[in-house]
Amino acid sequence: MSNIIYVDNAATTPVSKPVFDAMAPYFCEQYGNPSSIFYSVGAAAGDALAAAREKVARALGCDTGEVFFTSCGSEADNWAIKGTAHKFAKQGKKHLITSCIEHHAVLHSMQALEREGFEVTYLPVDAEGFVSPADVEAAIRPDTALVTIMFANNEIGTIEPIEEIGAVCRKHGVWFHTDAVQAVGAVPIDCHALPVDMLSLSAHKFNGPKGVGALYIRRGVMPLNFLDGGAQERGRRAGTENLAGIVGLATALEAAVNSLDEKRARLARMRDYVLEHIQKMPQVKVNGPLDGSKRLPNNVNASFTAAEGESLLLMLDMRGVCASSGSACASGSLDPSHVLLSIGLPHEIAHCSLRISFGVQNTMDDAKAVCDALDEVVPAVRQRSPLWRA
Amino acid sequence: MYSAKVMDHFANPRNVGEIENADGVGEVGNPKCGDIMKMFLKIDNNVITDVKFKTFGCGAAIATSSIATEMIKGKTIDEALKLTNKAVVEALDGLPPVKLHCSVLAEQAVKAALADYYRRQGVDPEPIVGKLEEDCHACACEA
Repeated sequence: MSNIIYVDNAATTPVSKPVFDAMAPYFCEQYGNPSSIFYSVGAAAGDALAAAREKVARALGCDTGEVFFTSCGSEADNWAIKGTAHKFAKQGKKHLITSCIEHHAVLHSMQALEREGFEVTYLPVDAEGFVSPADVEAAIRPDTALVTIMFANNEIGTIEPIEEIGAVCRKHGVWFHTDAVQAVGAVPIDCHALPVDMLSLSAHKFNGPKGVGALYIRRGVMPLNFLDGGAQERGRRAGTENLAGIVGLATALEAAVNSLDEKRARLARMRDYVLEHIQKMPQVKVNGPLDGSKRLPNNVNASFTAAEGESLLLMLDMRGVCASSGSACASGSLDPSHVLLSIGLPHEIAHCSLRISFGVQNTMDDAKAVCDALDEVVPAVRQRSPLWRA
Repeated sequence: MYSAKVMDHFANPRNVGEIENADGVGEVGNPKCGDIMKMFLKIDNNVITDVKFKTFGCGAAIATSSIATEMIKGKTIDEALKLTNKAVVEALDGLPPVKLHCSVLAEQAVKAALADYYRRQGVDPEPIVGKLEEDCHACACEA
């Protein structure tokens, strides 16, 4: 794998060595059930769980009682959305607001609720992927139960105006959830300083393990339970805790937040290097915000006219570069990415998109190698294309 | 996800390009769906003496175009008309189910180029080539 340049860190990231080391004892040695507090092995596990929760609370700027571990970011989203919808449905509030560029964990949860009779408003976004706080305000009704808008978009890197949207929700007394899976560990987040009621995160996006996430739930906010069973997570999320995963999440989050300024600056240098390079290539459109301060520091997304995305990915892979595309072929469906269509790209341009997302393990040499690979691959794919007109 | 044969044809596609003064040119697919195949034929005495293609599309679209050109080059028109998408899939050692429509496109591209050849000869192609679907074959095939 030494010649592989992995630049699909928005999909997942490698577990860092310190995180792996921190997790290792919780498989064969510290195997206790954190709920079994009356003997040493269980108590030690309970202590480790509490310590992990404290780290997460510190990193997010919230209280330990507001941190709930889940199996993944999708579960956190499902819980926040369905738990809130079902809670308020009893009071006749059956309207939800979201955006049309959310992750499928949110969009498909909304569609499931629509099948149950809920009404959902899908807000549009502008050409750079921004949701307008004024649109949110205009969409709020007396029967609105929840607004959920992602913190940052996974495909085009748009960082949404979360403070303004949250302020609108607070003004109208509507709960506000944000899917921050791409944002946590990439941009500064202080839960208590933000007008956010619930926030989802996932460990594997910031060099933690897969299979563990968390939902921040502000004190006083109580969505209905999503997973019923034992009294884990203060009776609000059943299931024996994935302790090794939780320790990994906490260790990774602490590391990401402690080095956040340095990490962001490094990632942004690689991002901007590639963005600058590809903007000099012919017939390229950058997707997402051009203002770097409003874009995830690791995200590059662009469309290369007449060069289909899956072909680009396969040719990049032949040169050791692992990236991602929003083309239909890459998505396994017939339509290209809903995000790219929502920012107004025609289908044929959306099919030609490529996403490069850097991670902490990447270097400027990787960024340069990606540019060199693009210089070879884009013309090669275009040379086969009947749509290409130089 | 692709067979070694598909990747070989993707990495080293046969007969990429265009033929100036082609005797038949066929284009199928739709940029909206993300696949367009354009096929160029040189026909001499009912024999396909040269064939080239240009394809906008995924790995499977490139590979099916490439192998289809190999399968009809040097063949008579009658033989080329017998090329089926199934034969294309078999020649590539299989395709993932979501990519089967690419083999349909390859078959259609050959037929569209032959239909164009007949039209240029002043011959109605439909009784010979059959009716070509105008719409997105991909979507029909997927369902």
